[in-house]
Amino acid sequence: MGGLQKKKFERGSATNYITRNRARKKLQLSLPDFRRLCILKGIYPHEPKHKKKVNKGSTAPRTFYLLKDIRFLLHEPIVGKFREYKIFVRKLKKAYGKTEWSAVERLRENKPTYKLDHIIKERYPTFIDALRDIDDALCMCFLFSTFARTGKCHVQTIQLCKRLTVEWMNYVITSRSLRKVFLSIKGIYYQAEVMGQLITWVVPYQFSHDHPVDVDYRVMATFTELYTTLLGFVNFRLYNSLNLVYPPKLDSNAESEPKEESEDDYAMNSESYLEKLSALSASLARVVSSAEEEEAQLDHFPTEGEDMEKMEAREKELKQQEAQKKLFEGLKFYLNREVPRESLAFIIRCFGGQVSWDKSVCIGSTYEMTDETITHHIIDRPSVDKQYINRYYIQPQWVYDCVNAKVLLPVEDYFLGVTLPPHLSPFVEEKEGDYVPPEKLKIMALQRGEKTGNEQEEEEEEEEEEEEEEEQEEEEEDDNGDEEDDEEEVAEEKNLKKMEEQRSQGKSLQVKVTPGKLKVENKARLEQEEKAEEKRLAIMMMKKKEKYLYDKIMFGKKRKVREANKLAAKRKAHDDAEKAKKKKARK
Amino acid sequence: MEDIALSFPDIRNTVGNIPVEWYKDFPHIGYNLDGKKIYKPIRNKDELDDFLDKMENPEYWRTVHDKQTGSDIVLSDDQVELVNRLQRGQFGDVNFNEYEPMVEFFSSDVMIHPITNRPADKRSFIPSLTEKEKVSKLVHAIKMGWLKPRRVEDDGRGRYYDLWASEDSSILARHRMHLPAPKIPLPGHHESYNPPPEYLFTDEERALWEQQDPGDRKLPFVPRKYSSLRQVPAFSHFIHERFERCLDLYLCPRQRKMRVNVNPEDLIPQLPKPKDLQPFPTTQSLVYRGHSGLVRSISVSPSGQWLASGSDDGSVRFWEVCSSRCMKMVQVGGAVKSVAWNPNPSVCLLAVALDSVVLILSPSLADKQVILSSERLLSAQQEGEEPAEGNGSVVWSEAEGEELNQGVRLKIQHPKAVHQVVWHAKGDYLASVMPDNTSHLQVYIHQLSRRRSQNPFSRNKGLVQCVSFHPIRPYFFVATQRSIRIYNLVKQEMTKKLQANSKWISSMAVHPGGDHVICGSYDCKLSWFDLDLSTKPYKMLRHHKKAVRGVAYHRLYPLFASASDDGSVIVCHGTVYNDLLQNPLIVPVKVLRGHVMTHDLGVLDVTFHPTQPWVFSSGADATIRLFT
Repeated sequence: MGGLQKKKFERGSATNYITRNRARKKLQLSLPDFRRLCILKGIYPHEPKHKKKVNKGSTAPRTFYLLKDIRFLLHEPIVGKFREYKIFVRKLKKAYGKTEWSAVERLRENKPTYKLDHIIKERYPTFIDALRDIDDALCMCFLFSTFARTGKCHVQTIQLCKRLTVEWMNYVITSRSLRKVFLSIKGIYYQAEVMGQLITWVVPYQFSHDHPVDVDYRVMATFTELYTTLLGFVNFRLYNSLNLVYPPKLDSNAESEPKEESEDDYAMNSESYLEKLSALSASLARVVSSAEEEEAQLDHFPTEGEDMEKMEAREKELKQQEAQKKLFEGLKFYLNREVPRESLAFIIRCFGGQVSWDKSVCIGSTYEMTDETITHHIIDRPSVDKQYINRYYIQPQWVYDCVNAKVLLPVEDYFLGVTLPPHLSPFVEEKEGDYVPPEKLKIMALQRGEKTGNEQEEEEEEEEEEEEEEEQEEEEEDDNGDEEDDEEEVAEEKNLKKMEEQRSQGKSLQVKVTPGKLKVENKARLEQEEKAEEKRLAIMMMKKKEKYLYDKIMFGKKRKVREANKLAAKRKAHDDAEKAKKKKARK
Repeated sequence: MEDIALSFPDIRNTVGNIPVEWYKDFPHIGYNLDGKKIYKPIRNKDELDDFLDKMENPEYWRTVHDKQTGSDIVLSDDQVELVNRLQRGQFGDVNFNEYEPMVEFFSSDVMIHPITNRPADKRSFIPSLTEKEKVSKLVHAIKMGWLKPRRVEDDGRGRYYDLWASEDSSILARHRMHLPAPKIPLPGHHESYNPPPEYLFTDEERALWEQQDPGDRKLPFVPRKYSSLRQVPAFSHFIHERFERCLDLYLCPRQRKMRVNVNPEDLIPQLPKPKDLQPFPTTQSLVYRGHSGLVRSISVSPSGQWLASGSDDGSVRFWEVCSSRCMKMVQVGGAVKSVAWNPNPSVCLLAVALDSVVLILSPSLADKQVILSSERLLSAQQEGEEPAEGNGSVVWSEAEGEELNQGVRLKIQHPKAVHQVVWHAKGDYLASVMPDNTSHLQVYIHQLSRRRSQNPFSRNKGLVQCVSFHPIRPYFFVATQRSIRIYNLVKQEMTKKLQANSKWISSMAVHPGGDHVICGSYDCKLSWFDLDLSTKPYKMLRHHKKAVRGVAYHRLYPLFASASDDGSVIVCHGTVYNDLLQNPLIVPVKVLRGHVMTHDLGVLDVTFHPTQPWVFSSGADATIRLFT
């Protein structure tokens, strides 16, 4: 036979991948440097389709990178900087060893640094790409901004994170783009819609962290390095898009200016400025002194019939959104000192409300507690000594629930010392067949504008619950339908058997003629049964592969139904218990 | 000073400046100048004493406790004055003048007499060589670029500009292969600080959660309820979660997974509706009761009027099909393994297999003409020469006495236990199966008219499970454990070997057309062979949940049925087309249930009525059921 002998693993997918160690050798980098490079450049391992082929016949667990990715890393200028830094460390060590302090000083002054601008541009070629990926960046920056300056990471990093997150929050306030908030046990989730992208981030509660020992802070720091750069550029662009000055400046001619007198309490001017910004109580300065920008009206394009519905739906949604943006407009809030100030101030300002707090809590309070025009006093303690008569004293959950419900909820449920209604996640979108908590149904009814008394609501609720149950029963019936028939037959047979036994034992049957009953045939049900049987027979004829898939899908569906039923049952048991308790209490 | 010394006895402690605690276990506190022990004061003052002292003693403020001697010393006015002066930072001695006029020894005025007269060094007025060396080194380093001038502080971080000012939509090649990391799933109601009560764990759920491995848990946290926001503590795993996300982002191998997005209804094959394939048996209409043991085998007479059944209770019963009456019962004295009605409509004979005997019964349940012709068939060879019994191992004998009265006509004694008897379509030949792994004597073919038996095979090809005659042509089907062999009886050779793809064949049936075979197996499968198509099954049907015990074809209608240990009989529609190119159409049309499971056995045999679309089944619950 002519030609060269083909060797294994010299073409095809085996040549497209490279293991991590080989990649590292190819780049001549140490493992920490390689890791840093991968993080900064966004290179991640790929799972090959045929792992054994790529692994040259071995099944040992290995991580593979795309060879192209690694080649791409070869040309990265940052790699050069890494090497420079290595040399710098060596020189520094030498100078220390020789106790040449001037050399040490000189070297330190010339410590090599690098910029990540080009990497950001390369990883996110368009601004939208960057926005799509900003979730993680925000989460990380918010986390770092809450760190104490204890040496887990550089103080500058913490400051920068703080600054960037404050800028971001100020942007969200100015653009009024916050959509959803959620108080979870982990932290507070926020969701904003920026340029059509839904961006979600989570902020931990304001407590000092006890730093875990099994977390590698170098990895986190490298990510933060990248994320701060990204977030800075994104902020710049966003501020520009709103004609705001960047770095942000407080609007000097706005009437709600923080009082000047408190400024003296703070040592440094620059620091107090950031503090004032982070108080989130003042609006920002614009490049073009803004007369209120007119909202662009959505143009109406006559379209085909089917699109019209969509258009209408979209328009309706837009209108709703506009309404939501002005949710708290005209309301004046006062925050008591025990409520999370930053979060509440952020949310209230996002929806157009005015907010203030005690002067001693934070800089930037705009009015006193004694102000008569305050409409809502947010408070989180069981009772308060002195109550003003013309304001509601409510618990903080009201604000969050209102934002999620997009309407101002009745305040009665949130008064001081009242047991709060459950706080629901706004991120759950129930599909058909999923379990919907009754509180959500209530809120949905409120959104639809049905203002009903409490009792009626409860009734409705019950009805709905009943309906649900019925549905479930029906479902069960579908499954059990034939079995029941079988059961009937079995019963009949039992009867017959008994009679036969009696006869075979020689006893004379007790002859008793009972008037026959007309067996009513439920036509619809019969039809249904027939269909069910047809389906079952057809399922028997499925191919093995399809049957497997079908079984899997059906298993998933059934599990979902089961879970929903379980939740509903739990709820019902709880409600019953509550009712019983109430009744007892009444007696 | 002196009066102080006089007024106090000199009790200076000589132990030196050591911690007083060292003496805490001793009665003394040190030694005086004479080397005598200084004893501790007898009663130590406690807080109360101290307080009382403070309140009552006007000298308290000037009392100092001397640790060295353990005695209290009241300071005199002079001593207090001294302490005050020291505290103010003044000199102890009142008379010391700290602002005495200074004597200027070294002044700006040059005196005529120098202090030293040393001439100036040369190095003080020529440039320094070492300095020059150092400078030249630095200059050289700067020239060579080793030494860089101090960098201008240009805080590169935090200087932002419009990075995306000129957006180019050209996508790098890399970005085509880019798999964006999935976003973190959004929190559900479970995660709320104040969730609805149904989302909280019950005690069992909580115990389960704690037992589970962290990787198996559905929720990575326990839902908690707090009555107000101020009670919510910090989440201890917040940093962990962020860190894990970071690890996922740069360490987790990514793969594009195509999610199957199929409507499950689309997966169900579109079959003709069973309604359009009628007639087929749908309901249980008659139950034949009477046997006391499990009914292993049933057979319907070619006329369709009679049903014979053989049971483990040692009896063969004859039933009228339409009335379910037991017309006759023959005690044969042994568990009946198989019964088979002669398919020839002009004779009325039944073959019964029990132990190692095959009995030929003439039940006399037909009109006289038929009985006569069957008698003639049985007695034909009697008149002729006595059967040679050339085979030796098989003995033909006439039944006598009581047995004859019951209708037993012939006894064919086999060397081993017989499991199955089968008639040829003409009704003259019958085959019996004696499964045995070790010998080639497993199948006998008997000729009734000549009372002759022969063993067609000279070699053992495996444990024979069942045999069957081809309905039209001279073929003979032998099913062993794994395969079915088809022999041409005329040419005396094997024509085909069908691979059943199952572990253990239990039963087999041949289509009345002769071109299709179905076989059931103990591993719940039913395979349909198209003999023209391949030696592999055309279709494998896995309808049953347990072992398939019997299969049967209908003679006229395109129906076949399979009986299984799960207590069900499944009737399928199986149209066979004359066109060779068209494959048979197989549609399950009905699942018939009725038999009760006894001893893990369900339905043991199934057979169709010869003319009606009815199916009989016999079960381990000692009943026979008719489904119409």
